[in-house]
Amino acid sequence: MATTSSDVKLDVTPRGPGGGLGVAGWLRWGWRTLTSMRTALVLLFLFAVASIPGSLVPQRGVAPEKVAEHFKNTPELAAWLDRLWFYDVFQSPWFAAIYLLLFLSLIGCVIPRTKVHLEEIRRKPPAIPRNLKRLPHHASFTEETTVDEVAARLRKRRFRVETGPDWVSAEKGYLRETGNLFFHISLLGLLVAVGFGSLYGYRGNVLLMEGSGFANTVAAYDRYIPGTMVSAESLTPFSFHLEDFNATYVIEGERRGQALDFAAKLKVTDRPGSPERDVTLKVNEPLDVDGTMTYLLGNGYAPTFKITDGKGQVAFDAPVPCLVVDSATFTSECAIKVPDAAPTQLGFLTRFLPTSVKLHDGTYTSAFPGAVNPQVEVWAFSGDLGLDSGAPQSVYQLETKGLKPLLMQSKPLNVGDTIELPNGAGSITYTGVKQWITLQTTYDPGRVPALIASVIAVIGLILSLGVRRRRVWVRLAEVKDGNGTVVEVGGLTRTEGGDAAFAGEFDDIVRALGARSAGTAGEKNAHQ
Amino acid sequence: MPTSEVDAGLATLSDQLVLVTVLLYVAAMIGYALELAFAAPRTNQVSGARRKVLAGAGGPSADESAGSEVSATSTKPPASPGWAQRAGTVALVVGWLGWAANLAAVVIRGLAVERWPWANMYEFVVAICFAAVTAFLFMQIRFPVRFLGAFVFVASTIGLGFAVRYLHVQAGPVQPSLNTYWIAIHVSAAILASGLFMLAGVSGILYLIRKDGLSRLPTRTDLERVAHRAILVAFPIWTFAIIAGALWADRAWGRYWGWDPKEVWSFITWIGYAAYLHACTTAGWKGKKATIIQIIAFAALLFNLVGVNIFVGGLHSYADVP
Ligand code: HEM
Repeated sequence: MATTSSDVKLDVTPRGPGGGLGVAGWLRWGWRTLTSMRTALVLLFLFAVASIPGSLVPQRGVAPEKVAEHFKNTPELAAWLDRLWFYDVFQSPWFAAIYLLLFLSLIGCVIPRTKVHLEEIRRKPPAIPRNLKRLPHHASFTEETTVDEVAARLRKRRFRVETGPDWVSAEKGYLRETGNLFFHISLLGLLVAVGFGSLYGYRGNVLLMEGSGFANTVAAYDRYIPGTMVSAESLTPFSFHLEDFNATYVIEGERRGQALDFAAKLKVTDRPGSPERDVTLKVNEPLDVDGTMTYLLGNGYAPTFKITDGKGQVAFDAPVPCLVVDSATFTSECAIKVPDAAPTQLGFLTRFLPTSVKLHDGTYTSAFPGAVNPQVEVWAFSGDLGLDSGAPQSVYQLETKGLKPLLMQSKPLNVGDTIELPNGAGSITYTGVKQWITLQTTYDPGRVPALIASVIAVIGLILSLGVRRRRVWVRLAEVKDGNGTVVEVGGLTRTEGGDAAFAGEFDDIVRALGARSAGTAGEKNAHQ
Repeated sequence: MPTSEVDAGLATLSDQLVLVTVLLYVAAMIGYALELAFAAPRTNQVSGARRKVLAGAGGPSADESAGSEVSATSTKPPASPGWAQRAGTVALVVGWLGWAANLAAVVIRGLAVERWPWANMYEFVVAICFAAVTAFLFMQIRFPVRFLGAFVFVASTIGLGFAVRYLHVQAGPVQPSLNTYWIAIHVSAAILASGLFMLAGVSGILYLIRKDGLSRLPTRTDLERVAHRAILVAFPIWTFAIIAGALWADRAWGRYWGWDPKEVWSFITWIGYAAYLHACTTAGWKGKKATIIQIIAFAALLFNLVGVNIFVGGLHSYADVP
């Protein structure tokens, strides 16, 4: 607006550098373009749009099996998507480019604006324009009043006020720009917090059997993903022991088998030497040791077996963690490898049925996830397990290629049952059932700063969208016959589009200054 | 400790109340539609006092609605036949009855399962429709937004119908991850905001359908004002819902933000509505351009609800879509 030349530039798209400015000119132009508010907004937009493929295409970090499926079904498309980083969108260079540019743009935008705003805050409201009638809001009326009284009334409405001999100049709504700056600075803070968290934080996953323990060291994890600045010694030295795990399920009705509650009873030692404490780990209730959080992620069954080899020696006596193949009934599969069995190595495939029922066709299945009637089916093999070949094997799978089938059919075993293997190869006893849980431990030093930054950002945003910057001027003139004062009021909002909303406030102000009715104030339209 | 007991009688009562709600909403919709259809057409041209922006002020360019915000007096619907007005009044009463039935359906479902009644997509959609109707009915106590009635009830009827036909699941307990007070915080905020965004979305779509000039539809100024007000209120609530979601994710999933599909799309929705507000206040964009941004944001909201729950999945797959 004409009278707001001191306005902070809000949406100024910098003009091109023009002809013959040379490299320096282009650089300066580039910097100005990058750091304009509009560029920051465009980048924020782009940031949102760039995250879309990450929500539609499966991501390697989250669902590697789905990515593998893509590669199998549509290899050519998958290869292209992969080249474009579509399976790792949030680690991709183009995604990083956007947020780094956003980062730069924010810095370049915030620093000069902060300077300008600090000056503005200290500056007095501008002197009165010559002709108040030319302002978008204008009113005049006659009333016995003084400069001091007008100033006091405006101050009461929380205006910042400057007075002259026969005029008052008032301004309000500085919080708009303050909020705006806070919003942008906290966005920066948020980016820093996220980055800090990923550099100095780590996460690890581990599978734990009932009755066993865990100490927070790198070696104890099945999978460990540290940030680049994390050293192995810096892990919080807590440890715990899993006493017992309990799952509760709906027993009857349409939702039979739906999980109701998972609870893992732990005995936790916060640091070496400190006393043990009891903690019940649940889905929404992680274990917190000095900011290192441990979450309960999954669970499953581990039947225990005792295996005797052909020479009568106990070659195996331990729980075997099974892979859940049907999460509705917890039908699970597991492999047992007994490399120490003599004279030949033994291998077993087993199917664990927590609530085993016999079907009409004579096969067995699990009808419920809880261990009501836990049975196992066993297939036995002998021969070379191939563990010495050096090729990595999954603990859940048995490589049966080089093995000789020993036992291919039997009734499912109940706890306590033993099967003798043919040819005096030994025996296997199903001794009991344990449960395992999977845990994730996360340390993210950026989470609290990130929360603080986002809360400030939101408050700042609300201020910057909700507050209007507005100015009001008042000029007093003696009426010629000395009977009262002519009060002339002009108003201006410096927020485009806020004009209509300001109209009501202006009317209120005029009334507060002594106009007897809104009708007098209505005169403000007379100049049109 | 969660219970697995469901009061089957109450659950059935709640299902029946949803059907009653649909019937009442349809009736209200017809009433409002009659009122609208037989009222005299309105014009977008503002006849009353029109505040002129100072010449050379660089304010909003004089597009179709600039400067017409002060025209409230000119948008009063011209006289329509008495019976049409009465149809509108009846619609209002029936609408409130439907609202009460909807409220009862939600509360009774909650009583039947002894938990917060918005833990799956069926319950969630029923609650959003309730929030939208609530927003409309309460707004129309204070502001003249009766003209929107037919359209709000159309949208809510479609929403409820969709929920009953495609999303309905028997009342039951929730899985362990949802068995926490966070559901009251995070999902209630999402519902409230979604209901208001729905009101704004309906206004925005009407805005785009309505051409300038004479029409029986409400004026563009009115539509824009309703949308703006609804979004102004909904935006902070939506922001709160996302932050609460992040806090919950920090408890439940071990990270506060992980670009899960639902997180991505709520972020996109957030950016969309932020862009709308920004365009309105800073860039001085009004009218069509701002409305289009608002509709895009609303589309992202709907995609997050329907598309992500049904087609995409992810960690956030609590929708329990049958
Ligand atoms: C950063 C984290 C999160 C974000 C951004 C987020 C976002 C949202 C949004 C936008 C909705 C609205 C409904 C919709 O569009 O479908 C929603 C609903 C919901 N959220 Fe979240 N959420 C987060 C974390 C969580 C967590 C951790 C849980 C539970 C463990 C959760 C449970 C739910 C449920 C149950 C609903 C409603 C029903 C449904 O749509 O399935 N959310 N969330």
